[in-house]
Amino acid sequence: MPRVSFEHITKNYGAMKVLDDLNLAIDDGDFLVLLGPSGCGKTTLLNLLAGLLDITDGRIMIGERDVTDLDPKDRGLAMVFQSYALYPTKTVHGNLKFGLSASKLPREEIEKRIAWAARLLQIEPLLHRKPGQLSGGQRQRVAIGRALVKNVAVFLFDEPLSNLDAKLRTEMRLEIKKLHDQLKSTIVYVTHDQIEAMTMATKIAVMNGGVIQQFGTPDEIYERPANLFVAGFIGSPAMNLRQARLSVAAGKVEAVFASGVRLDVSDYPFAASPQDGAAVIAGLRPEHFVLAASGPVAASFTVPVQYAERTGPDASAYFMFEDDLLALRVEPDSAARLTPGQSVTVSFSKGKANLFDARTGQRM
Amino acid sequence: MNDLSNAQKAVGADIAVRSAPYFPRRKKAITGRSIAIIAFLSVCALFFCVPLYVVVVTSFKTMDQIREGAMFALPNVWTLEAWDHAWNSACSGTRCEGLKVGFWNSVFILVPSLILSIGLSIVTGYALALWNVKWAGPFLFVLFICAFVPFQIIMFPLISMTATLKVYGSIWGVAIIHAVLAMPVLTLIFRNYYKDIPQEIMSAAVMDSGSFWKIFVEIILPMSGNILIVVLILQITSIWNDYLIGVTFGGMGAQPMTVNLANLITISTGTVRYNDNMAAALLTAIPPLVIYFLVGKLFVQGITAGAIKG
Repeated sequence: MPRVSFEHITKNYGAMKVLDDLNLAIDDGDFLVLLGPSGCGKTTLLNLLAGLLDITDGRIMIGERDVTDLDPKDRGLAMVFQSYALYPTKTVHGNLKFGLSASKLPREEIEKRIAWAARLLQIEPLLHRKPGQLSGGQRQRVAIGRALVKNVAVFLFDEPLSNLDAKLRTEMRLEIKKLHDQLKSTIVYVTHDQIEAMTMATKIAVMNGGVIQQFGTPDEIYERPANLFVAGFIGSPAMNLRQARLSVAAGKVEAVFASGVRLDVSDYPFAASPQDGAAVIAGLRPEHFVLAASGPVAASFTVPVQYAERTGPDASAYFMFEDDLLALRVEPDSAARLTPGQSVTVSFSKGKANLFDARTGQRM
Repeated sequence: MNDLSNAQKAVGADIAVRSAPYFPRRKKAITGRSIAIIAFLSVCALFFCVPLYVVVVTSFKTMDQIREGAMFALPNVWTLEAWDHAWNSACSGTRCEGLKVGFWNSVFILVPSLILSIGLSIVTGYALALWNVKWAGPFLFVLFICAFVPFQIIMFPLISMTATLKVYGSIWGVAIIHAVLAMPVLTLIFRNYYKDIPQEIMSAAVMDSGSFWKIFVEIILPMSGNILIVVLILQITSIWNDYLIGVTFGGMGAQPMTVNLANLITISTGTVRYNDNMAAALLTAIPPLVIYFLVGKLFVQGITAGAIKG
């Protein structure tokens, strides 16, 4: 049974339609990440679930309950905000306690829960400080603590890590993931950071223009993007997307690029049988190229080096291929040997290509 | 030698903090411009200080000395007689009970009107700024217009309204009029202050508690210290120094201190008792002064406090 489901959600801001007939359901214990660029409607969707915005049309279910018209406090949710939204005049203890103010719990139970959350998040020494006396990471913990004490089934996170520095973000990412494993609660998490999405989510919904482009596990999203938007959005450096034409002959299917380079896609799991001459867009992940191939490859061609850049453990090299840059992931050692202008033979691994219909942008 | 300095030497780097560049400041010469400014400011200061000096010394003189005519002379004998007379037994009209009547009237007007005006406007401002109120925009516009309606225009309707409510000529009449007239401006002040509270804090509070009053008392009110000080000082000063409302709605029995003072000075028979008048004027001015001294520092903080940091 789904824990949270959005049914035919429509949301208008005045005359502008932000979400149109959106459907999405997640199971108990799922970690759903709503991922998309700014203005794609992901925060709107979260606020609709929280009850902070009124829904124009449709229905939201949490468990068996229809919460569409319930007040935010009655929905059984807890939310962590991007700016933490701690109450500046209350101590950490007061902040956690106010989180329970709607619940009418007995005093001992309240204190027990605060103590539990404080221990879990290691903020016990901070309980009597005010938010102004805390660092960014500590405030983030308190904000999470204020959600935890409510002991609800569904937690909402609205870009909670975007105000932290890179190192702290990695730490907190791991901690939120650990909390999820420990508490087995359902989480809906909004972010524009694909690394957060890939590392934490059990399910990702990629959104753009108020429409869910693809919903699936991180692996599905990465390995088999449903359309050109998802293909271009996920991955860094981004997937190389190139126009080609299919050539079907004697049981062999190839994608032929403008320059005549032929990519063998015979083993591609086409949804419909491939048509000879069909215009396609081939998506080639940078990491599926090899510089020195051993064994069968899908394509092999020689291109000039433009430049190479190293990002610590990894390196990317950029080649000029048909008047556009082609990104490749390479070993840092080999990247050091590449000099701009040098021609290098690169190969694309078998069975790794993504093909999209050039007309519809959908996966083939 | 420690490792770091060795390492620095090894790479030939000069990481040591260089002494900051030294720019000697030129001694400022006294220019004609600054002399003019100082002269102008001195005249301005004298403009306020000389009358104040005269008022203060006169209030401590005896009538005998005042008749001698040396206005700037210090008192021969320092005496509090005039102060005592002004407070306890000076005549205003036919009553000779001094300023204390007016003082207590003013206090009894001040307290309820403060509570009423601030209490109502702080909640209205909170609701308008942080909750979805239907027609909030038009309502604010009307308030804005109301804030600019001159009191004289609505004076007569207000008199008949207070008469109908049977509060005309009583302390409550004056207090209520003060509260009502202050409402538009105070509501706008509170509303604008609360508009700066981050929306996410309000969203968090709505999800945590959802109760209008609980959020107000526990979250919003503790964040309002600065603006409360500002509004408190504005209100105390304007109510205490008001004359027109007091003289219009106070009738005979509920005249505030300012009206009392005016009567005391203008309506007198025989010789003008300058020392009494000066003492009475000073007595009337003391309460707002005391307030300024007590919370003046907080007032400046309140005015300059802009964004509310989380």
